[in-house]
Amino acid sequence: MASRKIWITRDYVKCSGCRKCEIACSLFHENKIWPEASRVRVFMLVPGAEVPHLCVQCDDYPCAESCPVKALSVNEKTGAVQVDEAKCTGCGICIDACPGKIPHLHPSRKRILICDLCNGKPECVKVCQEGKWNALGKVKRRGSAASMKAYARTPEEITKELVINLYGEKGEELI
Amino acid sequence: MRGYAGKLLEINLTTQKTRETTISEEILQNYIGGRGLAARILWDRLGKKWETTNPLEEENLLLVLTGPLTGFFPGGRVCISGKSPQSNGMIGSTVAGEFGIELKCAGYDGLIITGQASKPCYINIIDKDATINDASHIWSKEGKETVKILTKETRTTLQNRYPRYGILKEPSILYIGPAGENKARIAVVMAKWSHAAGYGGYGGVMGSKNLKAIVAKGMGPLPEVADNERAKALIIKACKDCYKAELWRRWGTGGGGYSFGASTSSEPVRNWQEEWHDEKGYAVDKFEQRLWIKQYWGDFGCPTTCLKLATTKTGPFKGAITDNPDYEMQAFLGPNLGIFVPEENVYLSSLIDDLGLCGIQGGGVLGFAAELYQRGILIKEDLDGIDLKWGNAKAFAALARKIANRDGIGDVLAEGTYRAALKLGRMKGVDLSPYMVVEKGVSIGAHGIRSGKDFGSNISYACSVQAGDHTSMAGLPADSSGEISDVLHDSGVYCSFNTFALEEDLIFEFLDAVTGWKIMREEWYKDKGFRILQIQRAMLLLGGPDAKWNSERDDTNPPRFYEPLPTGPYAGKTTNRKAFEDSKREYYEAVGWDKKGIPKPETLRHLGLQDVEEKLRAVNIIT
Repeated sequence: MASRKIWITRDYVKCSGCRKCEIACSLFHENKIWPEASRVRVFMLVPGAEVPHLCVQCDDYPCAESCPVKALSVNEKTGAVQVDEAKCTGCGICIDACPGKIPHLHPSRKRILICDLCNGKPECVKVCQEGKWNALGKVKRRGSAASMKAYARTPEEITKELVINLYGEKGEELI
Repeated sequence: MRGYAGKLLEINLTTQKTRETTISEEILQNYIGGRGLAARILWDRLGKKWETTNPLEEENLLLVLTGPLTGFFPGGRVCISGKSPQSNGMIGSTVAGEFGIELKCAGYDGLIITGQASKPCYINIIDKDATINDASHIWSKEGKETVKILTKETRTTLQNRYPRYGILKEPSILYIGPAGENKARIAVVMAKWSHAAGYGGYGGVMGSKNLKAIVAKGMGPLPEVADNERAKALIIKACKDCYKAELWRRWGTGGGGYSFGASTSSEPVRNWQEEWHDEKGYAVDKFEQRLWIKQYWGDFGCPTTCLKLATTKTGPFKGAITDNPDYEMQAFLGPNLGIFVPEENVYLSSLIDDLGLCGIQGGGVLGFAAELYQRGILIKEDLDGIDLKWGNAKAFAALARKIANRDGIGDVLAEGTYRAALKLGRMKGVDLSPYMVVEKGVSIGAHGIRSGKDFGSNISYACSVQAGDHTSMAGLPADSSGEISDVLHDSGVYCSFNTFALEEDLIFEFLDAVTGWKIMREEWYKDKGFRILQIQRAMLLLGGPDAKWNSERDDTNPPRFYEPLPTGPYAGKTTNRKAFEDSKREYYEAVGWDKKGIPKPETLRHLGLQDVEEKLRAVNIIT
């Protein structure tokens, strides 16, 4: 069987800030609209500089490596990190291990949330493309993940650069 | 109850105390939320003393209300209201953004803010905890600076409260700029950098309460809905319909700055002296290619994303940032001031945002002042040396700053065109009413009626319960369209711009799926929506304390709308007085008002509004 491993690409400049990815993700996983329980979260630390923030599937998976109770594993088909909620204690060690501090706790279940790639058909990408924003895209995962891992950065780090792209010098004053 | 969080939070700024309030299901079924619920709450609390309540004093309320469809129907908004310092009635003023979603996720359908803080403060709501915090460090700060400081500060508070959650998203913020702090009647409640609850003057109401900002973050889900599968299917259907409106999505209203002048002759040009221009240098492609850095920008759940992010990266106006500007800003801070340079328009829009002034009311009063300057009624000395010539963007910027700070002539102009015209008229001994394009204290939106080619009609403003508000227009037939449909959008609280591509029945289906209430279209137009309209009409007629409207005299168009259009393909066209009187009579009849425009006792009784009838009798409006 061909590999179903994918990556979700992100193009922050194209993000409209509509947050339909958060809506789609939380409807799919939680069956309700719940932005804070969405695995993809749109940060808006500076208006206009919206950053959809979600797992990049690093090839060395530092989050899974760090988990003291082995609650995180890698899905061999899709490459996604999967969370065993029965094992997860919500300790947050994986958050610190992630170079982009991407995982976060479910607000009520207090278990870690990480993008599971919707079994290879990510809902966030679907809605983003339906609306032709294309801020999120889906590509087949090929070769080394070194460049992909570079996307694993905090919203603060990403925003700092994005505002320069959007607003030029003025951007430095805004953050 | 489905679709609602089930509670309102009441915050008394005088006593610094908060308490939760619940609203009965019966009230919610009738008044829904947002504008409708605001009308009921305001009437219950202020109705008896409406005409003596000063909108800019402690006794006024500031309501921040969501609706059941907020967060579900595409395009999240929140509705701001209270007694309006512009119309002295009530205006339901909605603003886009995530604030309403955060509030519902925190467990509240809305906020009732009463009293007046003794010093500058801001309210911070994190889930069920609301605190009133000192705002002395952000008082007098402009918009972008306020957002920057508050985002940083409240994220730290949030992170400290939930230290184990990982990195948390920013809370949502409503705030005022210097104009609001100085109680300008033309100040707005802002969100993000360039979103505003514009009509009504509620920025001034916030300022009068010493309230700089309201911040909210909710960690919970949106409330449970009555039929989740149906709601999900309706969201998909509504979005698909909206996606079909391709040019609407691509340009938003940003094509209007050129086309409403060139095609329909309905754009304010030099304070409405003309409504036509054919300035191709002001066409949408110039904005798109030179200034828009995001072609699609929007708010929670919006399929249309009609906003565009604009910035000036070079030249004398470098560093300005705003959205679009949308058509109203393009018109009022463009042709209305004799400005036809996109960069200058973006600069002025960005400044107006930062000052917390309303683009429509602010652009309206700037144009009014410039016409007085053109006519020699205002001279340089009156303006502290500002050369207020048409097209002089820097001069208009300087005057806007004076207005926001109530400095010199700005103190008079901060009252808005209507009140400024009366005061300056007395000072100069000249009747200035020919130059004021206002409806009952509210500057009219940028859609003229003289050419007959725009979407408004001769009674749109004259008979509206929200006066000059172009998003709440009276129209015929009243029992299936017109203002009662605007009441629906502002009470469900979602973006009406996402309804253009939909069948209206879809909204009632949405209401049913979310709340479980089967409200029929006819029931809305003849009963529920109709009731809200009557309460708002009563408030407008009561008015006071500084201005009271006499419908026989004031249900009319501004004098300028009866002058012939001087230029363009529709030159010579104007509002026909007889046709206007005929439409007005027909409208009064359709909405149950007598020949003078007063709600008939039987209309009110039929709707169970005996308390409204009683009040109107007590002050001799019903005789």
